Parts: sequence; structure tokens; C-alpha cells
Amino acid sequence: MKGIIGKKIGMTSIFAADGKQTAVTIIEAGPNVVTQVKTKDSDGYGALQLAFSDKKEKHSTQAEINHFAKAQTSPKKFVKEFRNYSIEKTLGETITVDIFSEGEKVEVIGTTKGKGFQGVVKRHGFSGVGAQSHGQHDRQRAPGSIGNSSDASRVFKGMRMAGRMGGDRVKMKGLKVVKIFPEKNYILISGSVPGHNGSIVLIQK
Amino acid sequence: MSEAVQFVHEQLTVKKELPKFKAGDNVTVNYKIVEGGKERIQSFRGDVVKIQGNGATASFTVRKISDGIGVERLFPFFSPNIDSIVLNKAGKVRRAKLYYLRERSGKSARIKEKRF
Repeated sequence: MKGIIGKKIGMTSIFAADGKQTAVTIIEAGPNVVTQVKTKDSDGYGALQLAFSDKKEKHSTQAEINHFAKAQTSPKKFVKEFRNYSIEKTLGETITVDIFSEGEKVEVIGTTKGKGFQGVVKRHGFSGVGAQSHGQHDRQRAPGSIGNSSDASRVFKGMRMAGRMGGDRVKMKGLKVVKIFPEKNYILISGSVPGHNGSIVLIQK
Repeated sequence: MSEAVQFVHEQLTVKKELPKFKAGDNVTVNYKIVEGGKERIQSFRGDVVKIQGNGATASFTVRKISDGIGVERLFPFFSPNIDSIVLNKAGKVRRAKLYYLRERSGKSARIKEKRF
């Protein structure tokens, strides 16, 4: 496992030499600082704790300031742990986009855009009633029956209904690294990734 | 457009000298096609219906009447397959998107030429 914390910037498209257009997402990934090294002896499992994006000392608690001081770095906004990191790193070292190479397949984890309270047509892909005929006048996006009367006479658990949609943690697998700009810490990933522009994403392999 | 998107655009697209044109202009787009491993240039002449988008994703649509049937083709500005664009006529139109041409045919689908 190797990974990095980044910020989604936005989308654009690039052209290959043969004229093929590819949609890409730009992610500002890193530099991340190693703020804790966990080993099997000390913690029971091996992991690297990475931190990304500076924040002011006046917005940090004393515990945070002391924790980051151990790695000789300023307080950071986001801290994430990656288990069984394949690259050997010590406390205070930085991780940049160079850990990935162009053409590599990666996974991207993010939080999807919140959609609010949504009905069954949008949330679960129900088809609704369709036409406004056969006596329908205001029920075109209704779910229909949710159960039987005498036998069961209850609604089964897990019945798909309207409710909050979006804002879930989602992992997208098999996305390709199209291009890396190490001097700007940008990484271009084919297709879309979860979340709005400016949201935090994890890129891992 | 964000700074990062602009940076990526400048790094990865090849700048080309294309004539400036607007919706309503008559252009000839010479584009490369690969046929059986061989590359040749084909031209598409018609009126520009719209120009849309900005940056690396900007594109334009050209409409022509081919054998009595309207044909529209969309070209990305930064496609490496565009060899050249020739501006034949500047048109005199009053809007940026000429979707109304789709409902017209014959004489009423003509665009007046802009005279300077």
C-alpha cells in the first residue's frame, strides 16, 4: 500500500497525439508529512500517519502542536493513516506525488456531494409512474406499494425509500494516472473522482 | 477557471494559429483522418452554429447541407486532428447560437454576408 492525501481542484480534458480526448481530474496531492510511524511492536500493526495542508498555530490545540512538533512540522488540517505502507519512511519525512508514475492504476477515496433529502426516483433509480394518465395526477415519482397487508402486515427492513442522499465515503477503483507535475504537486487522474472541488481525497494503490 | 486548470491547459495543449471566427461565419475545417493506416486530410465546409466552452475544452459546431440533409459536426479547438481552418465568409447574425437554422431550409436558412 502506498498513498497520499490531496485536494480536488477541478476537471478539464487533454488530447492524445491521435486526437483522442480524455476527461481528467486535477488533484493537488501533497506534500504530505509523516507525523507518526506505527509498527507491529509498538502499536500492533504497521502504518504511516500522514498530514496535509497547513493551519495556523492559534487554531490548533496544544496537543496538536506538540504532536506535530515531534515530526518538526507546523500543525496540519488533515491527518490520515495508511496501513502497511510499502515505502520505507521515517518521522518527519515528506511524501510527494513522485510515489506514483504515469500510467499506473490507482484508487481514489472521497466523500460524494451531498444531495439532501431525495425521493426514490433519484435515490434508488425507481422508474416512477410515467405518464400522467390512468387516474394519476400528482403521484408520478411515488414509490408505489411498500409491502403486503395481511401476510407480513409489516414493512421489511431495508426497504428502499426516500431519504438523505450523497455525502458518503466512496472508493473509485482502477483509475489511471494520466500525468504528474511534481513541481506543482499536481496529479491528473482519468475520469471523475468523488466530491466537490476543494474536497479532500485519498489516492492510494 | 482556476489557476491549476489553466496551468495544465498551457502545459498539455499545443498552441495553433487559427483564424478568429464567430457564429454565423462560413468556414472550411481541414481535419486529418486515418484510413487504413494512412493519414489524409478531409475538409468540412459550413456555417458555424455555435462556439461553446472555454480553455482546453472549447469547441465549435459547423453545419452544412449535404444532399438536402443537414449535417452538423463538432470540433474541439485544441484537437490535434484539426489541420487548418479557412474563414470563407463573415456572416451577419444577431445571436450567438444559431439553433434556429435547424428548423429552416432553402432560402430562409441562408445567412447574410457581413460587408465592411
